[in-house]
Amino acid sequence: MARGKPVRWHVGVFLAPALLVYTAIMIIPLFGTLNLSLFNKAGDLRVFVGLQNFVTLFGDPRWSGAFWNALGNNFWFFVIHMLVQNPIGILLAALLSSPRLRMAAFYRTAIFVPTILSFVIVGFVWKLILSPIWGIAPGMLDWVGLKGLFAPWLGKAEYALTALALVSVWQFVGIPMMLIYAALLSIPDDVIEAAEMDGVTGWSQFWKIKLPLILPSIGIISILTFVGNFNAFDLIYVAQGALAGPDFATDILGTFLYRTFFGFQLQLGDPYMGSAIATAMFGIILIGVCVYLFGIQTRLRRYQF
Amino acid sequence: MAQARGNIGRSIAAHAVLIAYTLIALFPVFVIVVNSFKSRRAIFANPLALPWPEHFDLVGYTTVLKQGDFFQYFLNSMTVTVASLFFVLLFGAMAAFALSEYRFRGNTLMGLYLALGIMIPIRLGTVAILQLMVAAGLVNTLTALILVYTAQGLPLAVFILSEFMRNVSDDLKNAGRIDGLSEYRIFFVLVLPLVRPAMATVAVFTMIPIWNDLWFPLILAPSEETKTITLGSQVFIGQFVTNWNAVLAALSLAIVPVLVLYLVFSRQLIRGITAGAVK
Repeated sequence: MARGKPVRWHVGVFLAPALLVYTAIMIIPLFGTLNLSLFNKAGDLRVFVGLQNFVTLFGDPRWSGAFWNALGNNFWFFVIHMLVQNPIGILLAALLSSPRLRMAAFYRTAIFVPTILSFVIVGFVWKLILSPIWGIAPGMLDWVGLKGLFAPWLGKAEYALTALALVSVWQFVGIPMMLIYAALLSIPDDVIEAAEMDGVTGWSQFWKIKLPLILPSIGIISILTFVGNFNAFDLIYVAQGALAGPDFATDILGTFLYRTFFGFQLQLGDPYMGSAIATAMFGIILIGVCVYLFGIQTRLRRYQF
Repeated sequence: MAQARGNIGRSIAAHAVLIAYTLIALFPVFVIVVNSFKSRRAIFANPLALPWPEHFDLVGYTTVLKQGDFFQYFLNSMTVTVASLFFVLLFGAMAAFALSEYRFRGNTLMGLYLALGIMIPIRLGTVAILQLMVAAGLVNTLTALILVYTAQGLPLAVFILSEFMRNVSDDLKNAGRIDGLSEYRIFFVLVLPLVRPAMATVAVFTMIPIWNDLWFPLILAPSEETKTITLGSQVFIGQFVTNWNAVLAALSLAIVPVLVLYLVFSRQLIRGITAGAVK
């Protein structure tokens, strides 16, 4: 169709603004950061050091302890989301999509509310609820006779990360719920009716008919969770500060990057090591996305209706 | 008969689970809002009670409003969110139209290039973004934030909108061409009004992370004049950590705008998700 026609300037005009902003503010700085991770400063000069920053990050005892700690914590953070957030999201979506359920719109709207709140609010309110001093949580546990179970969860190194991961689950459960709900609604009625004719109803209908059909959506949710978790920062920062206390027990890659880049207490900020950490995060996210795209997505069976 | 009873039982169980989870979801919001209206002693003595007249106290709100800066923070957040949203929707829709309407060399590649940003978070480029903004003299300006958020929102906007634009009837556009409309008029007059529901979905998905972001305001625009309300309330909490009335009132004020917008758009949101794109 285009052959022999004059140059279609309007295509360029339509594309240019988005392309320009996206390339200049997102792509170039991203590669700039990757590039910067190959440099370090010697005196006042900036010198090319190859992969030396990464050797330092992964191997030098001054850095590697903090890095592996943050990476391990980040994995635990992700595992909790996969084991708690996504199953709860699927369960809620399955309940919401049951036909003739009253007040479905109300539940849907209410359960999504935490997702729209800012981390500042979420972090502060859960600190209040779990605080041993103000203590809504101890009071409520006392009320049901379980006061012995209470511990200052956010203050103890062994519980703090799990507690914060659960707070994050509380905040974001609305996203898997909405996406799975949409996927369940898009299953055609005749498929469900055919199942009912064959006597497949209730939970067995969910497991045998609906779950296989929504597997692609569950795949998308898993990769979104992965990217979101390995990029997380805000909740830890507002709840525990940049030092990710107690004793770095809640330090994840985002807070580690922030501390390294900007410095804290007596340590000065270091853009080169900061870039190296950002590059490592980029690598981890890229591996996750590739595993999803080539390992999982291609194997999921898709059904055309 | 037995089946009917089974259905009722199942429906009661479903409601029980949903009500329980709704309570868990709304409880913390309830705690903040209720306590923001109480006197200091009542907050501590009985955090779960409603603000009955004997405990009712607006001291938190008067403290916050006397601070004066809060209004400025709110305006900053509004400016940044509205401006970014405008550019994301305009530029995103234009690019989506180009990708879905015209065949040209590199079309698919361009689509993939723009979609890259959905998976790779813009935060990873922060080090270089800060250097860029320092070089451009844009540190501590709202412009820096608007640029970053526009870039951040574009990938998803282009992706969702181009899915929707593929469904706009070709006959309509061709009729417009026969009538002598330019490609620009076809886009602005014919196509844009038809994808309004998709625009609303994109608007919600774009707006929430921008309004709530702490990372970029903290790094690019932490000065007093450019603080957003999210950063402002974080700093406020730090300063007034013992003045719980003020902190709770500040948080209540920060919840309201985004909650109202969400309630306005929530119908549109679920319709947009179900209608396409994220299947």
